[in-house]
Amino acid sequence: MALELIKGNIAVAEAAMRAGLVSYFGYPITPQTELLEHLSARMPELGRAFVQAESELGAINMVYGAACTGLRAMTSSSSPGISLMQEGLSYLAGTELPAVIVDVVRGGPGLGNIAPSQADYTQVVHGGGHGEYHLIVLAPASVQEAVDLTTMAFDIAEKYRMVVCLLLDGFIGQMMEPVELPEFKPVRTTPPAWAIGSPDSKGQVVLTSINIDPPTQERFNVKMMTRWQEVEKNEVRYKGYFLDDAEYVVIGYGTAGRISLSAVRAAREQGLKIGLVRPISLSPFPAKVVDELADRVKGFLVVEMSNGQMLDDIISIVARRVPVEFYGRMGGMVPYPDEISNAISALVNGKHDVNIDARAEWLAGLRELVGTGE
Amino acid sequence: MQAEIIISGFGGQGTLYAGQVLAYAAMDEGKHVTWIPSYGPEMRGGTANCTVVVSDDEIGSPTALHPTAVIAMNLPSLDKYEPMIKPGGYLIVNEDMVNRTSTREDIHVLMVPASKIAMEIGNERAANMVLLGTLEGNMHLLPQGALERALEAHTAARLKKFISINIEALRRGAEYQAD
Repeated sequence: MALELIKGNIAVAEAAMRAGLVSYFGYPITPQTELLEHLSARMPELGRAFVQAESELGAINMVYGAACTGLRAMTSSSSPGISLMQEGLSYLAGTELPAVIVDVVRGGPGLGNIAPSQADYTQVVHGGGHGEYHLIVLAPASVQEAVDLTTMAFDIAEKYRMVVCLLLDGFIGQMMEPVELPEFKPVRTTPPAWAIGSPDSKGQVVLTSINIDPPTQERFNVKMMTRWQEVEKNEVRYKGYFLDDAEYVVIGYGTAGRISLSAVRAAREQGLKIGLVRPISLSPFPAKVVDELADRVKGFLVVEMSNGQMLDDIISIVARRVPVEFYGRMGGMVPYPDEISNAISALVNGKHDVNIDARAEWLAGLRELVGTGE
Repeated sequence: MQAEIIISGFGGQGTLYAGQVLAYAAMDEGKHVTWIPSYGPEMRGGTANCTVVVSDDEIGSPTALHPTAVIAMNLPSLDKYEPMIKPGGYLIVNEDMVNRTSTREDIHVLMVPASKIAMEIGNERAANMVLLGTLEGNMHLLPQGALERALEAHTAARLKKFISINIEALRRGAEYQAD
């Protein structure tokens, strides 16, 4: 099949339609807007629903309504908009509704800026909404991977009746790469048995997240936790590079992961045995591979476009067996491979202190480099 | 093989389009390629630029601190990117838009009267294609004729009338060869 050269945002929109998206609800925000714009033209062409909501709050609650009918529903936004959607995400989780959301992360906090960032990791991976629930979070590092994961996201969401979040950043959204788009899948015409309006449902269908009786709520939470164990068993995804003989391993996802690949290759050219783990599913997290590596490598370097949000998860898995160091840029700044190369050198030639406060060490260096603006 | 190319100039000079032509050509020749526009802090200062990475392997970073080649279409672009080019790399400058040449001796510098050439062949806006022709004519990133084939294959229907001028611009640009 022919390759096309398209932006990540448009590729995700097109892949979602080909996966059978029939109802999209959104509100414009940079650096995500091309996604919504593309769907605003293409969805009506196919006789499918595109609604520009009055706000992100409206959009996520329209997704809730559409998902109740068993339709493939999606919304997309960028960080401040995703913050507004957190209540709705908790309600979707509490009602066992499948849906796909796309977060093209930008620099923050606050209104911040439109530049690429990974600072929404904690919000989407560890739950920004209330109550206890999990989102399945997938983080592509290329336009093709964004297409493949979008295609898969709807199936996964329906399999577990959970929300899948595609976590992109402005680089993946704005970058053009050659992609092979999948064929259009047939749209489901009969709702699943649990959905409103299904011919297969037995009696009245009530979809709600209210469980006024605490024992009932607890049983529901036990059921969802048990389902999450299945997700953890089946849905972990990552890509390893140069791991077989690696003495040190860099861990980074999305854009930070692919930029790290350049630095890891440069280190290999110098004869350093450096490997790379690029998590693709951030939730469930590829903890097992990190755990196994911690028994045989000399140290880790975590690279993020944030203040070290995944870092805390890695520190917890490695549990001081070997040093875990950190390099990150914040606020919409993107590291160059050269900066990561320097951090790799510092790790290899450093003190190998398992008790190092990785965040404090990194922050001292970054404060020196960029200042505090005061 | 991997090459990182930055194409930079004022908005409206066609820097992003020149990068896309290169990216389409690389894709059609089976290469890995990324195209990323100036984005975030780089956007400030009235310049528009894009980075194109062409490689035989999976591409890591889509941007580069030390690119293999730079096409500078104005003075701010020359000032900014001249010091960053990898030793042995290429600096291709629209001579008509700057008031100086390069002082670097460890790179190939090509001063090309791209605006004049573009006007000679009938459209001043083809200066971007002249410079892209110089880039490819010196670096040979792709098989012979790949850029011309990409123009034929990927130009939108309403712009097809510009293909012949753009191809002429590529050919005129390629006549400029590094010493």
